[in-house]
Amino acid sequence: MALLSWTRRMALAGGTALSLALAAGLPAAAQTPPGVLVVGQVAEPQALDPHAVTAVNDFRILMNVYDGLVRYASGTLEVEPALATDWEISEDGTVYTFSLREGVTFHDGSPFNAEAVVFNFERMLNEDHPYHDTGPFPLSFFFSSVDSVEAVDDLTVRFTLTAPYAPFLSNLAYPTGLIVSPAAVREHGAEFGRNPSGTGPFTFTEWRSNEAVVIEANPDYWDGAPDLQAVVFRPITDANTRVAEMLSGGIDLMVEVPPVALSEFQGDAFEIVEQAGPHVWFLILNMREGPFTEQAVRQAANYAINKTALVEDVLEGTAEVAAGPTPPAFAWAYNEELEPYPYDPDRARELLAEAGVENPEITFFVTEGGSGMLDPVAMGTAIQADLEAVGFDVTIETYEWNTFLGRVNPGLEGEADAAQMAWMTNDPDTLPYLALRTEAWPEQGGFNSGYYSNPEVDALLEEARTATDQDRRAELYREMQVIVQEDAPWVFVANWVQNAVTSDRVEGFALEPSFFLLLDDVAKN
Amino acid sequence: MTRYILRRLISAIPVLLGISVIVFAIMALIPGDPATAILGSYATPENVARLNEDLGLDKPLIQQYFIWLGNMLQGDFGRSFALNRPVLDEVVERFNATLVLAGTSFVLCSVLGIVAGVISAANQYAWPDKGITFVVLLGISIPSFFLGMMMILTFAVNLRWFPASGMWPIFGDRDLFALIRHLTLPALALSVVATGVVARLSRSAMLEVLRQDFIRTARAKGVPERGVIWRHALRAAMVSIIPVLGIQAGFVLSGAVYIEVVFQWPGIGRMLVDAILRRDILLVQGGVVFVAACYVFFNIVVDVAQSLLDPRIKT
Repeated sequence: MALLSWTRRMALAGGTALSLALAAGLPAAAQTPPGVLVVGQVAEPQALDPHAVTAVNDFRILMNVYDGLVRYASGTLEVEPALATDWEISEDGTVYTFSLREGVTFHDGSPFNAEAVVFNFERMLNEDHPYHDTGPFPLSFFFSSVDSVEAVDDLTVRFTLTAPYAPFLSNLAYPTGLIVSPAAVREHGAEFGRNPSGTGPFTFTEWRSNEAVVIEANPDYWDGAPDLQAVVFRPITDANTRVAEMLSGGIDLMVEVPPVALSEFQGDAFEIVEQAGPHVWFLILNMREGPFTEQAVRQAANYAINKTALVEDVLEGTAEVAAGPTPPAFAWAYNEELEPYPYDPDRARELLAEAGVENPEITFFVTEGGSGMLDPVAMGTAIQADLEAVGFDVTIETYEWNTFLGRVNPGLEGEADAAQMAWMTNDPDTLPYLALRTEAWPEQGGFNSGYYSNPEVDALLEEARTATDQDRRAELYREMQVIVQEDAPWVFVANWVQNAVTSDRVEGFALEPSFFLLLDDVAKN
Repeated sequence: MTRYILRRLISAIPVLLGISVIVFAIMALIPGDPATAILGSYATPENVARLNEDLGLDKPLIQQYFIWLGNMLQGDFGRSFALNRPVLDEVVERFNATLVLAGTSFVLCSVLGIVAGVISAANQYAWPDKGITFVVLLGISIPSFFLGMMMILTFAVNLRWFPASGMWPIFGDRDLFALIRHLTLPALALSVVATGVVARLSRSAMLEVLRQDFIRTARAKGVPERGVIWRHALRAAMVSIIPVLGIQAGFVLSGAVYIEVVFQWPGIGRMLVDAILRRDILLVQGGVVFVAACYVFFNIVVDVAQSLLDPRIKT
């Protein structure tokens, strides 16, 4: 009995101590200071060097630390001046001359000028540049048309292109075109990605591995100091923990809310923000061998898949049905008259019968996850069910994302008949030029893994990227979309509507169609 | 004793070599390469090939292995592709965080488990024994990651008593109190199963000892019951409890992987999960070898402790 009363005393004491500790912890729990925005990120950034990274997750930080020569006007994908105040394009569309903003300095105190711009592009493009080994620069091909960059005078920089290239300005507004401090690159070399310095609205303060990247307001920002004092980007890789952290008040803003968790944030304490962006989710069809060599079979697949159900049920309304290869977010280049293939299993069966293949066997590559892939496994199985309902015999093979890319990017020949894919781009040229032209077949280094080839489309795309007049470009892209939809080299499935949730303490926040996170006009009380 | 320790240390060498071969082979067999991971969706086969060459991944596997092993023996674990920093720095930093979590859980499970086991044994078949047995079985049956999620839901999201994730507060002092607040939920979630196991085994070890003659002698000599249980019996039972604790030390260390992911604890388990997903080969290899070395070391420590406690074990 003595033993028991002793343990009871102990339990009592322990319990009291614990509840005291809890009570002491209460007021401090889950309260972030005003003026400091805590953002829940989906992963730790790879590096804070805009030329060395490709992930949207990293871009969300980078766009607040750096500026480009130009940028997308708020809420659009139209280019407006940033570090360049204006520019001239030569008659033939091959020479771009930029006038640079005066009196801008990098966060490390070094001046921004034409030499700095030259250094940035030489580092990326010139293999002999002393700092080229601070790469790799996976997106440097965005500027592969650049023949030379020269400083005309301190505040004028001239780009000469090998051929006219209409998406050039738009690519300059992309993170790959952001301007980094040459002095910081010289000082830190390969460590620059952990010691970033730009000209943006926020300056880099510290990077605590696996905890947070902290940036503070730049009071001398040329476009006006931001309202926030600081932003803290916290990597929280587990989606459930991210949701829990948002609900418990540990973060003020979270991006990429899992569709199933959206309902948790209904009510006054939170605001759900949405924005459609230039994203397309599609199936690449193998046109070199197998049943999809027949146009009727490809169209049948487009009719057979219930895209509305995918978007509404699997993705809980976080996407819209795609009509063609160009997402509606490129408003000026999008063909409004294009209607998505309707869900019509009977028509699909008819087309299969016409093509003389009643039960085509197909191998379908599905990925477990990946950039912009939404919910690929659930979508893959739903697509399999829809295809099988009209007579296809579908075998799914699932791969981890990097493995998946390693199998799909070199071409589907001998591998599969269909593969999932998603692209997020900044210009209507990028995706079709890299993935639909004859010259973009994988053996030529492109991403046309399904071997689609239509000389008409090739001609339209070539002309569109050299046309300097935007109306003319728009006309060409609209025409291209009609042809591609009819040829059906892909099954056009969805355009992602990105989302984010903020707490009610956050004001002035909006998502950008570019998928970037721009925080200089955001406030938090 | 010195010879015994030395012998154990030498016998650890082939074990560690074997582990290095296995880890290396597994990473070589896993599909997906770091070049694709670094280059992202825009990876063309040419660029992938070029980057693999830069990273030295185009050399024959055997050659790659010996280069890696040779560097490691000189203390150079290589550089993480994804984090762009030396593997050893990252591993040591993260391992410290794991030690805090696993160490706390180990202390919790040892103390709570032994106390619960002793109370159970001392009151065999009475209500404290039945109560503890019930709680222990419940604890053993709930997967720790699920328990962790439920704890987050209850104590972080609904009651807001504890933070939902992380090791340190983002703002404010990084003092011991801040650490304890962040540590409470993950350490509890991690220690529940191990506590149950320790309690069960302590109970049976104690029961066995309590039946022995020297206990009867002690009671006959008039030693108070509390002294009999805690001083005489527990001391004798510790000989069978310590190896169990050794196993549990390994168990909480490996169990920390799930808990670190659920609570976003910046430890080595979460580091390895992230590194595997990113195909950060050198980080995975270095991390696993490091953890394996620690396991081997813990085992030796447990064996030595046991031989010190029990003179019947030959050194």
